[in-house]
Amino acid sequence: METDFVLRLYVAGQTPKCMRAFANLKRICEEYLANRYRIEMIDLLLDPALARGDQILAVPTLVRRTPEPVKKIIGDLSNTQRVLAGLEVAVV
Amino acid sequence: MQHSSASSARTGGIRKAPTGIRGLDEITDGGLPMGRPTLICGGAGSGKTLLATSFLVHGAEKFGEPGVLMTFEENGDEISSDVASLGFDLPALVEQGKLFIDYVRIERSEIEETGEYDLEGLFVRLDHAIRSIGAKRIVLDTIESLFSGLGNANILRAELRRLFQWLKDKGLTAVITAERGEGTLTRQGLEEYVSDAVILLDHRVSEQLSTRRLRVVKYRGSHHGTNEYPFLIDRQGLSVLPVTSLALEHDASRERISSGVRELDAMLAGEGFFRGSTVLVSGTAGTGKTSLAAHFADAACRRGERVLYFLFEESAAQLIRNMRSIGIDLKPWVDTGLLIFKAERPSRAGLEAHLAAMYQNVRDFQPTVAIVDAVTNLLAVGTQHDVHAMLMRVIDYLKVSGITGLFSSLTSANSSYEQTEAGISSLMDTWIVVTIEEIERDRRRSIRILKSRGMAHSNRVHPFALTDQGLRVTDGRE
Repeated sequence: METDFVLRLYVAGQTPKCMRAFANLKRICEEYLANRYRIEMIDLLLDPALARGDQILAVPTLVRRTPEPVKKIIGDLSNTQRVLAGLEVAVV
Repeated sequence: MQHSSASSARTGGIRKAPTGIRGLDEITDGGLPMGRPTLICGGAGSGKTLLATSFLVHGAEKFGEPGVLMTFEENGDEISSDVASLGFDLPALVEQGKLFIDYVRIERSEIEETGEYDLEGLFVRLDHAIRSIGAKRIVLDTIESLFSGLGNANILRAELRRLFQWLKDKGLTAVITAERGEGTLTRQGLEEYVSDAVILLDHRVSEQLSTRRLRVVKYRGSHHGTNEYPFLIDRQGLSVLPVTSLALEHDASRERISSGVRELDAMLAGEGFFRGSTVLVSGTAGTGKTSLAAHFADAACRRGERVLYFLFEESAAQLIRNMRSIGIDLKPWVDTGLLIFKAERPSRAGLEAHLAAMYQNVRDFQPTVAIVDAVTNLLAVGTQHDVHAMLMRVIDYLKVSGITGLFSSLTSANSSYEQTEAGISSLMDTWIVVTIEEIERDRRRSIRILKSRGMAHSNRVHPFALTDQGLRVTDGRE
């Protein structure tokens, strides 16, 4: 299986919101994109310069790097349907 | 650069960060509140970005304070080219580590929102930018763009409140620009969050003439001018029209200078005008106003002084020819460079632009005498109120520079001079009225000093004639 979803999750430290977003993302990916995804987590407190590249303002922000075009979802990803819609994942 | 602390003015307990914008530092008594946010609001095209950028560039270049420009509307290249015409080289400042530009782009269509978030990413970016150059100043232009990019206004408001507090805690002098709202200062009510200082910009176009104005709406803990001040954007950058005499601190000179007419000097307590004072000469057409001005210019040049003569009615060549007929030859002074004529058709530009040109000319030439002939021509391009406001600024500027100003004013034939000059004359130190009357088929000219502050002047009406030896007061007395 190829990894067709490269997802980058921007957080700022281990705040509850950010941890929640990661947990939600992990769960959604396992359920709908099993074996087709890769998550890169970027902590802006450690790599502040990276915020410019992906135009990050809000935290947490999930960026779908591939497939293109780039999509962004901000928030703790607590609404699965909206996350799927944002990632343009067709739910069977 | 070691003058950051030296440059900061301190007045009334509040430290100021000078903007380096001519006039603005005067009306704000030293600049923007240091270490605090200032809100600059105005409509589209009112000059917010230029003002904010000037504040950063001057900070970096003149006051040793590096700055961060966070722009939400235009990218760095666009802003750089916008301000290049003002002589600002942003890329060079970035290169030298004195400026950091971060363009924040928010594309609503790319963003899905789900669940809670905050703007920590923005804070991280700002913090990174600030640290990387040791910034002391920051501009957020225009942060309310966030409202159109992000959907949750509640989160935004809470985060903006946190942001402004954070900037304060960091001791940054911040400028936040905002779009003017309907009946409010800003569309998103940012004035609630930024309450230290608020500056309002306005750009009006009436009868195809544009006027920019600036007003300090609020300045906590500092006194400031509350008027609307015209401001200009030209090759020299921004300038707010001075205003320098807010506290009426001109040094009143005791030195006297000749009007160029011996008998008039006699009427002025024997010695002529005070140097640095302002003189109004009013009268109907053909009464001899320009002749008086020419005498005054000639006398100054004879003393070796520089004279700047603004001419709105005729060309310099015409004036020189006409004055020769009464024995005043101004040509040699033009040739030696002591006298400069600036002849301009009033309708060629708005008041704002005329004022800019006048300042520019005075700055460049540094005259000791300036003549405006005639101020009433300016009424063609502005309302009485605007012209009055403009003159006030011209006079301020001349006074602060110690320049003696003579202004002629054309009284219309069917109104009394009291009416025409009601506004202007109060600004003047000396007011001379020349009249012409037909009596027994004879044209009789007379001259009279209505007022001349600080001296015991003649109160009589004196007959005079324009002879081939100039203007001669003919009653032989005084």
